[in-house]
Amino acid sequence: MPRTTDIVRSGVERIVSDEPNLSCPVPFARYDRVVLAHGGGGRTMHALIDGVFARILANPELDTARDGAVLDFAGRVAITTDAFTVSPLFFPGGDIGRLAVCGTVNDVAMCGAEPKYLTAAFVLEEGLPLSDLERIVHSMADAAREAGVVVVTGDTKVVERGKGDGVFITTTGVGHCRGDVRVGPPLIRPGDAIVVSGPVGDHGMAVLSVREGLEHETPLTSDVAPVAGAVMALFDAGVDVRCLRDPTRGGLATALCELSQAAQSSFRIREMDVPVRAEVADACELLGLDPMYVACEGRFVVVVGAADADQAVRVLHGAGCAEACAIGCVADQRGPVIVDSPLGGERVLDMLSGEQLPRIC
Amino acid sequence: MKYVAPFRDPKRIQRVARQLAETCTRPWKIMEVCGGQTHTIARYAIDDLLPPQLELVHGPGCPVCVTPLEVIAAAHGLVLKPNVTLCSFGDMLRVPGPHGDLLAARAKGGDVRVVLSPLDAVEIARVNPERQVVFFAVGFETTAPSTAMSAELARRLDLSNFSLLAAHVRVPPAMEMLLSAPGNEVQGFLAAGHVCVVEGTSEYPAIAQRYRVPIAVTGFEPLDIMLGVLDVAAQLEQGRAEVTNQYQRAVRPAGNPIAQATVRRVFETADVPWRGLGIVPGGGLKIREAYARFDATRVHDLALGTIAEPTACRAADVLQGRLSPVRCPEFGKACTPDNPLGAPMVSTEGACAAYYRYRSVRRGAHRVG
Repeated sequence: MPRTTDIVRSGVERIVSDEPNLSCPVPFARYDRVVLAHGGGGRTMHALIDGVFARILANPELDTARDGAVLDFAGRVAITTDAFTVSPLFFPGGDIGRLAVCGTVNDVAMCGAEPKYLTAAFVLEEGLPLSDLERIVHSMADAAREAGVVVVTGDTKVVERGKGDGVFITTTGVGHCRGDVRVGPPLIRPGDAIVVSGPVGDHGMAVLSVREGLEHETPLTSDVAPVAGAVMALFDAGVDVRCLRDPTRGGLATALCELSQAAQSSFRIREMDVPVRAEVADACELLGLDPMYVACEGRFVVVVGAADADQAVRVLHGAGCAEACAIGCVADQRGPVIVDSPLGGERVLDMLSGEQLPRIC
Repeated sequence: MKYVAPFRDPKRIQRVARQLAETCTRPWKIMEVCGGQTHTIARYAIDDLLPPQLELVHGPGCPVCVTPLEVIAAAHGLVLKPNVTLCSFGDMLRVPGPHGDLLAARAKGGDVRVVLSPLDAVEIARVNPERQVVFFAVGFETTAPSTAMSAELARRLDLSNFSLLAAHVRVPPAMEMLLSAPGNEVQGFLAAGHVCVVEGTSEYPAIAQRYRVPIAVTGFEPLDIMLGVLDVAAQLEQGRAEVTNQYQRAVRPAGNPIAQATVRRVFETADVPWRGLGIVPGGGLKIREAYARFDATRVHDLALGTIAEPTACRAADVLQGRLSPVRCPEFGKACTPDNPLGAPMVSTEGACAAYYRYRSVRRGAHRVG
């Protein structure tokens, strides 16, 4: 909770300069930056909610007069929640708003469900330009439209300057499970094919390049995008989908390790077949990073029955994932993820101890 | 990727592997000096492509690994000071010090920042005049020029809040020390290409002649390594001990004179300790008197004593090529990347970490967990 004294102080700073009457209602438009009063529960906060969130995210289910939403559901429901923090808030190809929508709807899709509703909680840092906040919320609205979801309820808190990173967003996503669709690592079987929906590492390298001020001949763009459409296309086509996973933090390598462990099966991956954009590979080379461990925000790994591998790739190509391809298969033994090196050797693909750190030289 | 893709071409690499198999008639032990080479060897399972009688042993060329524990302790001590910002290359952050690593120090409130260049640290100092900014300057001849540039830039900007905790080391003296050690088994070297990009190859012929060891300067792609191994093996078979440059796309014999001059203006050669090797005569760089005001040990009055190594860690043997990481009793047991006993398990250039991360499937002895 922001301290009352701080609310008064920040209010006074503005009011002294702009508005001599301390008892006057403080309209939202008076401020061009987030102040503690925006989280204080009073008129300023309501002005923010109405002027930004309700206006931009408007939809029939969103009723800011209530603290929640009441929704009709039939059948099985998938639900997931995710917290988002990224520096910088805006990066080539997206921003924290788009990320907060896509990350969560993609997690719903990875449950084999069609995302329908989102909730959004914002932790705003005092001093955040309101124009930035509006831009972020607009971006959320665009991404939500793209993903076919609506934001049905939310929350706003404000923390003192220095106690946040501009804005943190937590979104919860709810989706309808498709008929009798069941997916998950226990359904993975030896011989299954492992398909990735597109080139890996785009998001991580785009964000890192902006953060570190690295310039590349070809600018790097994040892949942040909703993938539910492509996932639903697989179900619509009747592809025998066993398991889905989006390779976010830790990248493709970590996603494969997690799936292999959970399925208690060794995977064999053909390194040459893993799609990596040339500009991403170059940037990784420069920093001593391995693209297999770099985050994606608009890709997914799908494990399908061996007989359906080609069809899965074809369906993904038709669903906007032009560079989807099969990268390996599930082995008929327990064990780690094994990578066939293009040189004929093979090695274990392991989870990293922590995040990848750029090398010294 | 035009400078990378051809050097990962499986057909060319396998052709060299066949030539190597035809060339090798006897057992040979070749050391790759640099951790970057070790990383490539492990990542691409290059051991699997070598004839069985040829053994690659790993050298001391991992900057994280050879930075003395007392310097790491000094860095940790600096971080605890309330007005100090420590800037470091990323992979130093996980090296265990006497009280945990720099990531833990940061969690306790220390101001530790990862930079990609020492010049970024100068910029941090410039915009934060109230902070004492220290750049943790480690690495070989490769990184020394940019460190030297940062000192020159700080002097031009007349910054009084920037200094270097410098522990730069020089590779050729360490190679000589390994060769002259009793019981040395190394018969040839793959010299570190990036070091030679800066310093050239002029220091190597004397070493090759004095110790009768062939030295091939190589790059860091699989084909670079294979061509280097083939060259050294051919020389050994023929009884030659010459210096060859297998990294001509980057290394000129004279190196980079501008970078060399920059380094010489700020640093002078000194006898310095290498972790795992002890004092190496002429094996490092110390800040010249003219730049003393940018020497963190003086600015912050740091006394670098000596600190005992953790007894179970056999990093010294690994760094001298006397012990393969996988033969260390603690490898993959008490010592893992999550809980490293010593520095070689930390950086991706450390031999232990490279072996752990890319352990070959075929060589069962390397299997862990």
